[in-house]
Amino acid sequence: MTAEIITTKALHLWYGAESKNGAVVGGQHALKGIDIGIPARQITALIGPSGCGKSTFLKTLNRMNDLVPGVHIEGNICFDGQDIFDKTIDITWLRKQVGMVFQKANPFPMSIYDNVAYGPRTHGIRSRSELDGIVERALRDAAIWDEVKDRLKKSALGLSGGQQQRLCIARALDNEPEVLLMDEATSALDPISTAKIEDLAVALKEKYTVVMVTHNMQQAARVSDKTAFFLLGELVEFGDTDQLFNMPQDKRTEEYITGRFG
Amino acid sequence: MHSLSQRRKVYDRTLRGLLYLCAGITCAVLIFFIGYIFYQGLGSLSWELLSSQTSYISDTIGILPNILNTLYIIFLTMLIVLPLGVGAAIYLTEYASNQKVVSTIAFAAETLSGIPSILFGLVGMLFFQQLFGLKAGILAGGLTLVIMILPIIIRTTQESLNTVPQSYREGALALGAGKWRVVRTVVLPNALDGIVTGCILAVGRIVGESAALLFTAGFGLELNSFLTSLQSSSATLTVALYVYANERGESGVAFAIAAVLMLLVFLINFSASLVGKKLKRKAG
Repeated sequence: MTAEIITTKALHLWYGAESKNGAVVGGQHALKGIDIGIPARQITALIGPSGCGKSTFLKTLNRMNDLVPGVHIEGNICFDGQDIFDKTIDITWLRKQVGMVFQKANPFPMSIYDNVAYGPRTHGIRSRSELDGIVERALRDAAIWDEVKDRLKKSALGLSGGQQQRLCIARALDNEPEVLLMDEATSALDPISTAKIEDLAVALKEKYTVVMVTHNMQQAARVSDKTAFFLLGELVEFGDTDQLFNMPQDKRTEEYITGRFG
Repeated sequence: MHSLSQRRKVYDRTLRGLLYLCAGITCAVLIFFIGYIFYQGLGSLSWELLSSQTSYISDTIGILPNILNTLYIIFLTMLIVLPLGVGAAIYLTEYASNQKVVSTIAFAAETLSGIPSILFGLVGMLFFQQLFGLKAGILAGGLTLVIMILPIIIRTTQESLNTVPQSYREGALALGAGKWRVVRTVVLPNALDGIVTGCILAVGRIVGESAALLFTAGFGLELNSFLTSLQSSSATLTVALYVYANERGESGVAFAIAAVLMLLVFLINFSASLVGKKLKRKAG
């Protein structure tokens, strides 16, 4: 049994809710008591129909949901033994440890080099030679170094969609995170780029923990070690990917993965 | 069938002709206007006019002080209004979480930009001169213009900040960047060309402003250094135009000033768009 790097307990989340006298009023109850332990150095896939809360759950892990006005969270999340909602936690530290790749590739309109160096520069690394090393390592880790090594000074917006997404992965990796969150990172890409990113995810679990949200069940089955099935804000089933796809314990999981709804 | 398509053709041609006519009239008015000003103005435009000040002893007219006053007031106003306006816009779009405050300020700015400029002049005179004891001059005039220009800068900056994709901000925040770092490194560079556009508008407004300056900057025609001009009556080009045309009957000089004003505006727009393009190329 590998160690769990992230554990959540009774995690509830509401959008647009007001809290009155300690009770939550109105709003949309998007996560309903999620208990999950995400194993380190494995790939965990989150599946479920649209609006089931899987992306919301993912964004809670690095507190990107803080940006949404009117969000209300109860319960707790432990990352590396620390409560991430603790007042003393440095949110920039958390986001450095828990990197994120978005559904749509979002490189900054700067050079490829500056994109990748953004994270380390944010965290205070100024030395040119040190940055060069980090940028190269991250681009190699993201399997894009050979394609961009001759054009590091060119704008990142000139890359193809798949390259942009791998660049964003490189950008997240050079913070040397513990965990990489991927929010439907391949849904806007062609099959070849998707395959490259899937291979990349598998290679990354040597060093990193990967949590990916995907709409593509084949992808979850191909790539992940663990799969969590979300439905209407609840975690219905969580287990080894093989087992979940071959012998689902819950009727709703079976119906979903066999395509009877969702 | 034949007659229908014939009718259509005639209809099409007539409409096209009308549209050409509209475009033609618009251009003709502009060309006539510019042509007339230069035709009237270039005759009186001379090196002496541009490079000297009006002298009663030698009975010559020169508008160098007014050109300088215009540049002084542009410089002073932009110096104050740019950080103030851009800062306010950044606060409103990036930091403020209370939507009521944001919309109230937006409404105030909107209203402020619709107020006739003579009222700014009146209030500026009462406020800066009578209350704070400033003399009529570039300082009182510039401060009045700051109030007048502020909404333009805030609004155009806000608009260009809003065009920066949210995904850039999310990307930077997800890398652990703090709020200010996101603004400084990702948001502002991508909003720069919009801010430059706002500055062009603002400078155009300053160059063309006369009503607000009549009371606050004064009518003085003497040549002053920047520091002296702050507290001494200094007519800008537009005010000088008014003075020469209305009080001295020097319509030739007035048209010469008009020509200089037009050239100045061309020059400012041209250089600003050049800067804007350069910035865009650097960012892209």
